[in-house]
Amino acid sequence: MSHLLEVKDLEVKFALRSGDLTAINGVSFTLDKGEKLGLVGESGAGKSVTGFAIINLISKPGFISGGKILFNGEDISSMNDSKMRNIRGDRISMIFQDPMMTLNPVFTIGTQMIETLQAHRQISKAHAKEIALEKLKKVYIPSPEKRLSQYPHEFSGGMRQRIIIAISLLTDPAIIIADEPTTALDVTIQAEIMDLLRELCDSEEMGLILITHDLAVVSEVTEKIAVMYAGRIIESGATNDIVNDPRHPYTAGLIRALPGGVLKPGEKLHQIPGMMPTLTDIPPGCAFNPRCLIKNGICESELPGLLDNGHGRMIACHMRN
Amino acid sequence: MFAFIIRRIAQAIFVMLVISLIGFAIKNKIGDPVRDMVGERVTPQERAQIRQKLGLNDPFISQYIRFVDHAVHGDLGLSFFYKKPALDVIIEKAPATMEMVIGAGLLIILISLPLGIYTSLKPRTFFSRFVMGFSTLGVSVPVFLTAIMLIYIFGVQLHWLPSYGRGKTVDVFGNGWWMSGFFTADGLKHLILPCISLASIELPLFIRLIRSEMMEVLETDYIKYAWAKGLSPMRIWLVHAFKNTLLPVITVFGVQIGIMFAFTILTETVFQWQGMGYMFLEAVERSDTSLLIAYLVVVGSVFVIVNTVVDIIYGFINPTIRIAGR
Amino acid sequence: MKRSIKRFKDSYLFYSFKNDKTAMASFFLLACFIILSITAPVVAPYNPYNAKNIDIMNSELPPMWLDGGSSTFILGTDNMGRDLLSTMIYGLRISVVIGICAVALQAFIGIMMGLTAGYVGGKVDTVLMRIADIQFSFPYLMVAIFISAIFQVMFGVGSFEKLAVPLLVIIIGLSEWPVYARTIRAAVMGEKNKEYVEAARVIGLSRPVIMFRHILPNTLTSVMVISTIQVANAVMSEAALSFLGLGMPVTMPSLGSLIREGFEYIFSGSWWITIFPGIFLILFVLVVNLLGDWLRDVLNPKLYKG
Repeated sequence: MSHLLEVKDLEVKFALRSGDLTAINGVSFTLDKGEKLGLVGESGAGKSVTGFAIINLISKPGFISGGKILFNGEDISSMNDSKMRNIRGDRISMIFQDPMMTLNPVFTIGTQMIETLQAHRQISKAHAKEIALEKLKKVYIPSPEKRLSQYPHEFSGGMRQRIIIAISLLTDPAIIIADEPTTALDVTIQAEIMDLLRELCDSEEMGLILITHDLAVVSEVTEKIAVMYAGRIIESGATNDIVNDPRHPYTAGLIRALPGGVLKPGEKLHQIPGMMPTLTDIPPGCAFNPRCLIKNGICESELPGLLDNGHGRMIACHMRN
Repeated sequence: MFAFIIRRIAQAIFVMLVISLIGFAIKNKIGDPVRDMVGERVTPQERAQIRQKLGLNDPFISQYIRFVDHAVHGDLGLSFFYKKPALDVIIEKAPATMEMVIGAGLLIILISLPLGIYTSLKPRTFFSRFVMGFSTLGVSVPVFLTAIMLIYIFGVQLHWLPSYGRGKTVDVFGNGWWMSGFFTADGLKHLILPCISLASIELPLFIRLIRSEMMEVLETDYIKYAWAKGLSPMRIWLVHAFKNTLLPVITVFGVQIGIMFAFTILTETVFQWQGMGYMFLEAVERSDTSLLIAYLVVVGSVFVIVNTVVDIIYGFINPTIRIAGR
Repeated sequence: MKRSIKRFKDSYLFYSFKNDKTAMASFFLLACFIILSITAPVVAPYNPYNAKNIDIMNSELPPMWLDGGSSTFILGTDNMGRDLLSTMIYGLRISVVIGICAVALQAFIGIMMGLTAGYVGGKVDTVLMRIADIQFSFPYLMVAIFISAIFQVMFGVGSFEKLAVPLLVIIIGLSEWPVYARTIRAAVMGEKNKEYVEAARVIGLSRPVIMFRHILPNTLTSVMVISTIQVANAVMSEAALSFLGLGMPVTMPSLGSLIREGFEYIFSGSWWITIFPGIFLILFVLVVNLLGDWLRDVLNPKLYKG
């Protein structure tokens, strides 16, 4: 069965003076039309890099060193830049974390929206303006005509993120990659933005890859989750399944660490002891083993493969498979 | 925005008053207005009379106020040497200096922008490294040496370009004031070496500035976002990155124009260029205090005005200031 | 002492120095220049200030390798008959002395003002920085030229000559202190809110003690970075002033004065009088600038270039 997006054994390395460092070590997942995938993990696990890798925008000195990224069956990981530009911002849009830093402060919203359209479609400015207004209305921005001639600093954080979402909708993309879209926003606005995203993806039938460290957000919005640790996916499956019954010890730790989850009042917050290793210190065998409570000898020497457990769940753990 | 402009102008006026105070204080202490007016051969009684008539025995403050009052009406005293109002002398000599500064300014814009942008986009190429190395060298060579060496190579050895003077000039306004070298081939030939010398002070600075600003801008999230939107590289570099780079560069440009005026003193000396700088040195040699002070006041005011105008223009172009106020 | 040396040898500073050929070459050259200027009386073939050594009949002799030159005057003679090489070495000495002393003065004034403004803040800060701003809006060269000119007009050229060196030090020192003041002030304002300052205050240390013994050492990296550039600027300012005739007199020429003298002679063929001092000056300033660039790259973590 052919998927809208298929990431196969993606490998990303950073070319440093002291040698190449592996940041993403064999990541695979699929996304179908209208599907919402959550890519979850701590900072440094490699989720953002994966997101950037899909549209081939990894910052130097990073580069894709292996694997394939199939979009509608075509491998876009090795596409040349000018062909890639037809996909980037057009078929696959990306939303960044901090809307204040993402919009260019010296250009109006209108300019930044119209230029996106004109970069991908042969249309007149007037037509582009129409489409821009349409999308602004879709994200519930009041008086959109006025907004087009305003500058980013004239808006609140929540409005700015809506504008960014509007920009990402301009070309009616097939997939939106949202990299920590609500981390920089107030909690109340977070909920609004996530609701908006979910609603739009449903109504426009767009695929969503939600990259975040926030399990609560992911469980509200997505249908399936892939949990990343130290550059690999260690568990993936349906969102509800994973949240209610995490199988990998790391995922279990994450769920347990959520306040308000399984805790009774007065109980201490659960923590996973230790820290995720940095790229240079990844231990041999399973990367999680130093912090794992159920580990065994084999965990310290052999890398566990991401295996199907028969019930639609993929787990990378010697002890759970 | 309006408040911003008012504040800047008030600041400017304050600084100009300070300049005028310093200038006046110096003039009061060392200048000899009597000599300026009637020369040296005066009897002591006549001298005392004239001093009384000129109000030179009045308290400092009232003399100062009179000075400012005169200055605002265009009277900055008499030049002892030229036997003319100092301001007239300065105005006469100004076009020569201005042409050099304008020429140098144009050169700077035409050269530093492309080079600065190129070295920021492709920093590791041989050409970029060469440009940066050359600019370090440029910063280490004082302007008068650059001028001398240019004269030596192009004037004395190769005989391609003239070594001094302005060449044939043309009367632009028909009233004898602005004698321009821009409109004659000979005048232009005479302008080349001086403008290059003057530009050489600022070029390394601007190339480096544009390059480092551009490199910083290119690392920002909004540029990364522009790439994610799939915009073309040309648009990202020359529209997005460039505008953000340009803003801080403009303020520097304003300040540097002022500095270039200072360096015209050196350049005009080398090229025997009959402008304000040359006039200043002659005034020093001749102890022509009025002219010196007039020069200080005029040039000082020019700096202040240029800086203020540049700040205000910056306020207009930068939308975060224009709309939200400061 | 041994521990300090060992710490220095292990430091990042030394490591990146050893790896950077430009920095090492510059440092070596700079050391040569400084040694040259200190040992001038010993190293220079002649003493150019001693009138007995100078014979006007010797003037304008070309360097040794051209026609008419001789090995008595390796680089030729200037228009007054002085050996060019000796005069250049002595000129370098003057330039170096003025450069370093002027920068010391600038640093002193600037640090005082900047430290006070940054730490005390409030009205003091506003007033001091206004003064700095006003002076800053004038190019330093203009200020230096002006002060020098006024001085000459007031006291005549003669008395200027006797006091030339200290006067130049004062003039150049006064014209650029705002650079130091601003830099220190920014650094101090950054340090002011750190915990060690609060701790010192809690212990009850007086303001001057906190400012000088606690905050100041932590701001010294910025001082070091700008100092090299300022020395280069000071040397160039002195050369410019001397070139205009507002600096070192003809009897005790610095490199700038030599260039001034030699300028008219490039048209009549005696190019060496201007060109050799010129190259000497450029080399010295270049070496200082290169070291300054390296120092700035090493000491400033923000500019880590990966």
